[in-house]
Amino acid sequence: MAGIPPRHKSLVLLAGVIVLQVLLLAVQIKRDSQGRLIRSWSVGAVSPFERAGSYGFGWFRDIWRNYFALRGTRKDNEDLRRENDALKLQVAQLQGKAAEADRLAVLLNFRQSHPDVPMVAARVIAGPPGTDTLTIELDRGEKDGIRRDMGVITPDGVVGKIIEAYPNTSQVLLLTDKTSGVGAKIAGSEIQSPVGGVGEPLLTMKYVPNDDEVNPGARVVTSGMDRIFPRDLPVGMIAEIKSGNPFKQIRIKPAAKIERLEEVLVLLTLHPLEMNKGNDSAAQPSAPAASNAQPAVKP
Amino acid sequence: MNDTFDLRIGESHIEVHKFRTGAIVVTSLLALVIQAWLPLGFTRAALLDLPLLVTTYFGLSRRNPSTGLLLGTAVGLVQDSLSGPTVPLGLYGIAKTVIGYLASSIGARLDTEHPAARFALTAGFFVIHQALIALTRRILLAQPEPWLNWHLFLAAFTNAIVAVFLFVLLDRLRRPS
Repeated sequence: MAGIPPRHKSLVLLAGVIVLQVLLLAVQIKRDSQGRLIRSWSVGAVSPFERAGSYGFGWFRDIWRNYFALRGTRKDNEDLRRENDALKLQVAQLQGKAAEADRLAVLLNFRQSHPDVPMVAARVIAGPPGTDTLTIELDRGEKDGIRRDMGVITPDGVVGKIIEAYPNTSQVLLLTDKTSGVGAKIAGSEIQSPVGGVGEPLLTMKYVPNDDEVNPGARVVTSGMDRIFPRDLPVGMIAEIKSGNPFKQIRIKPAAKIERLEEVLVLLTLHPLEMNKGNDSAAQPSAPAASNAQPAVKP
Repeated sequence: MNDTFDLRIGESHIEVHKFRTGAIVVTSLLALVIQAWLPLGFTRAALLDLPLLVTTYFGLSRRNPSTGLLLGTAVGLVQDSLSGPTVPLGLYGIAKTVIGYLASSIGARLDTEHPAARFALTAGFFVIHQALIALTRRILLAQPEPWLNWHLFLAAFTNAIVAVFLFVLLDRLRRPS
């Protein structure tokens, strides 16, 4: 109170004492909704500074984060982009390996369910060399026991036959090729006829008389008459039937995914085979009609 | 030290009184005690505010605003503490602080020895005192306290009457000049 004029000292003292007592009251008074009055006053007095401080700090922090702290962001971004590309490649490889493992598992199951049929798995390493012939190349050859005219299948169905066997590779004529064919029959009936390719995705069943009753959707399986494929292997499903002269024009959708082959099974025998119907039956003797079968596979 | 001395303000001469040792403290405490138990025997005695009258008297006599307001503060806070949980500390304290200051300030400018002046000032201070309490209750405590009513004027009149006689008694506590 040294700097205060003497005539105002008592007034200042009065103000100070009253303020102290008002604060004393505020400490004691408790309002229902806001707690003690001193707390309400304190919050009201301090909150503007807190808001201002928070705003200022936030502004400074945003400036720092959005400008100064981003010096290394470009390099980080490039590194992350490279890492992302590598990871994408890795994921694609892993997905491919997983799909391959699935396919190989299917092949393995098929082999294990037909232990009496000698077969070897092979990987497709090349597609058709031109538009005239529909062939693929396998990574297995004579060293693996593969010979010309051996049958090639997948667990889904017939694929084609070996037309050339080299020491380490072999060439397969696909069933969809114009010159290809397989002895077949309509499942559940006695109708038999060779099935061959026409150079298109669908196959054709050539020698079914108009009098025979054939329904779309019927399954077509191997008949075993061609001495290449055992009986009852899936060939395809009848997709379209037209009347012809003197035979029906029957189009068949192949059972095997011929356009997307990656692994196949090569039947390692030139003798007639009999496939097991499931895992419970033992190996059957060779097809009984093999000796008098018509040549289903065209040269 | 002289028992009295002149306080010159302008052309007027106002006498500042001194009191016997401990007179102010003892009188104040006595007023507080009597105020506490007197209404128990006489209900109408609740109209009286003896601590206010004592604060007013010593303020008018001492004519020192600083000591006057501090005496009002002390008396008011003790009265608050004796008034129970319904009266928060500071309610009477604030009012009597202001009254102590006003009484001392006015006492330094006016001759307050005349009974009529004492009557009028005491009545006025009583109204101001109650107005301050009502203001405090309304603003800080959020309590609906009435500003003016007949009870207030009756109490002011009663206290003013009592003050005229009480102040004569308290004059005896002054040191002789």
